[in-house]
Amino acid sequence: MARQQREVDPEYLFFEAPREQVFITGSEAVAEAVKRGNVDMAVAYPITPQSESMHLIGDLYAQGYLKDYYRGENEFAVMAAVHGASLGGGRVFTATCGPGTLRAMEMFPVWAGSRQPIVCAFMCRGVSLPPSIQPENIEMAMLLDTGMMMFHAEDAQDFFDMILRAYAIAEQPDVHLPAGVFVDGFFVTHTRSAVMLPPEDIKLPAYDPRRAPVPTFDMETPPMRIIRDPLLNKSNFISYLANASWHQEIIAAAERARKYIRRYMGGLLEVEDPFAKIFLAASGTAVSQSREAIRVLKDEGIQVGLIKIKSIRPFPAEEIAAATAHAELIVVPEFNMGGWLAREIKASVDNNRRVVGGPRVFGGMTMPAELIVNEVKNALRDRFGAERTNS
Amino acid sequence: MRNNSKTFIRMSGLGGQGVVTAAHILGMAAAKDGLESTVNPFFGAEKRLAPAESYVRIATEKIYERGEVLFPNIILIFHPHVITLGKCYTMPFFAGLQPGGIVIINTDRSQDLLREDDREGLVRLGARVYCVPATRVAVEVGGTELSTNIAMLGGLLGVQKLVSQEAVREALMERFGGKKFVASGTTAALDDVLKSKFSRLAQLVEKNVAVLAAAGGAVEEYHPGK
Repeated sequence: MARQQREVDPEYLFFEAPREQVFITGSEAVAEAVKRGNVDMAVAYPITPQSESMHLIGDLYAQGYLKDYYRGENEFAVMAAVHGASLGGGRVFTATCGPGTLRAMEMFPVWAGSRQPIVCAFMCRGVSLPPSIQPENIEMAMLLDTGMMMFHAEDAQDFFDMILRAYAIAEQPDVHLPAGVFVDGFFVTHTRSAVMLPPEDIKLPAYDPRRAPVPTFDMETPPMRIIRDPLLNKSNFISYLANASWHQEIIAAAERARKYIRRYMGGLLEVEDPFAKIFLAASGTAVSQSREAIRVLKDEGIQVGLIKIKSIRPFPAEEIAAATAHAELIVVPEFNMGGWLAREIKASVDNNRRVVGGPRVFGGMTMPAELIVNEVKNALRDRFGAERTNS
Repeated sequence: MRNNSKTFIRMSGLGGQGVVTAAHILGMAAAKDGLESTVNPFFGAEKRLAPAESYVRIATEKIYERGEVLFPNIILIFHPHVITLGKCYTMPFFAGLQPGGIVIINTDRSQDLLREDDREGLVRLGARVYCVPATRVAVEVGGTELSTNIAMLGGLLGVQKLVSQEAVREALMERFGGKKFVASGTTAALDDVLKSKFSRLAQLVEKNVAVLAAAGGAVEEYHPGK
């Protein structure tokens, strides 16, 4: 139970505490993370495939792990409510997806703008017509420039680990920004697999708002300067300058997060088989599907490396450029129609004709390994002729 | 099948029949037997009698692939309507079945569910087709239609011993009793409430184990070519 939990050093919780294997869904992994996250308050609003996670967190509240929990009026209200709780000095958690993300959209730049270390999970799904509740991560494209940090988990293990680590990164005084932890809905939330968990009697140290770079709101003595005199009411040089420099400071804070992402998540990306000439570069579930494709290609004598991108914001542009400096082909499979990750990678590397955006699966279908294998083989044939496919 | 150490299973049924729970129990049992396993369901808006599918992957090496099993080795059909009304996500119901694959259908054989082109397709694949009266076994042995999903697992284990019966029993305990409950189930310190709860749970598990065994013995091979 909550009362018997003791606070431990984050690095002990992440790296040293003994772990035991359980067979759980991604939604259950979220609740296991929040249970060990010393979270003060969570606000929920249901939407498939996110609903089960926040339902399980309601159970945690009933068991005494959280100080407060309720169901908001809608996603916008939820995101505004956790913002208020965070301004008041609490550690908060919420989650949404798809149309819920879009409905709440206005609040995400507000979180970043007020420098609140809110952690929100996104169980990505189709956003609208034709309607789909199935996995698809196009909503991530729409959040790329909200100012919040974005981490993309591959599986339930990643999801558990990244949620806890997101707090450690987001709450650093020189960062203090919101963090979204993303997964592809259903593929992670509803899939049961082996997950290694540290003991449930330990938790993160409490959030200390006195370390925050912005003042905590005390509603007994509200900060009138912020409430009554927002910058938008002024139209002089000082207000423009303050606004612009504040934006730059948000971007700079995300840059400063890189060192903590390296410390707590082992880097913004992971590279397997670094000397390969062909790479699959992906994030989320597309990484798992790529791993299967790499096995198939290896059986056929084609050596392919893997770049797993964990941090989408800040984006590891320099690391990708370095990892692919000698690559001849970079194939980017994605679970969305827009191909936002391929665009990001094309903007990061020299000679970006080497980047092939695809295969792309959307509308909720799965991405069989064969689809990725064909994309690689077709690209090899187009670029280097038939003889290269069996090198 | 690229590798003999992998078995991919697709379970097609109707919402409320327990295809998700059956997959959960099978996957958990595989994990208890020391195998790698992932389990995931697929359904539209949750509602009774709508198509529901779940997928179990069991292997000796780590499984990365997620999502629907497009090319199963084994297909379990929980309800005749999956075949006759097309209540599944692939058409025909055996689409993607691997050559030499297995199909197990819940039917008491009172009517032939397969059309001529289904039979031809299954013969072409060299599929082995089995019938198991899972709903009847569930009612007669388990005392409730709700055990149909466990009877289907019994039919599966009757055809192919993918996991041990002991692992299934443990998985049932964990699924219906909760992990902590099982851990303390043998201690004498249980209070009376817990004891009565435990006896109900033990009964539930034993009944389902009986359903599992009875269904395993009630499987009949069906020859689509004849």
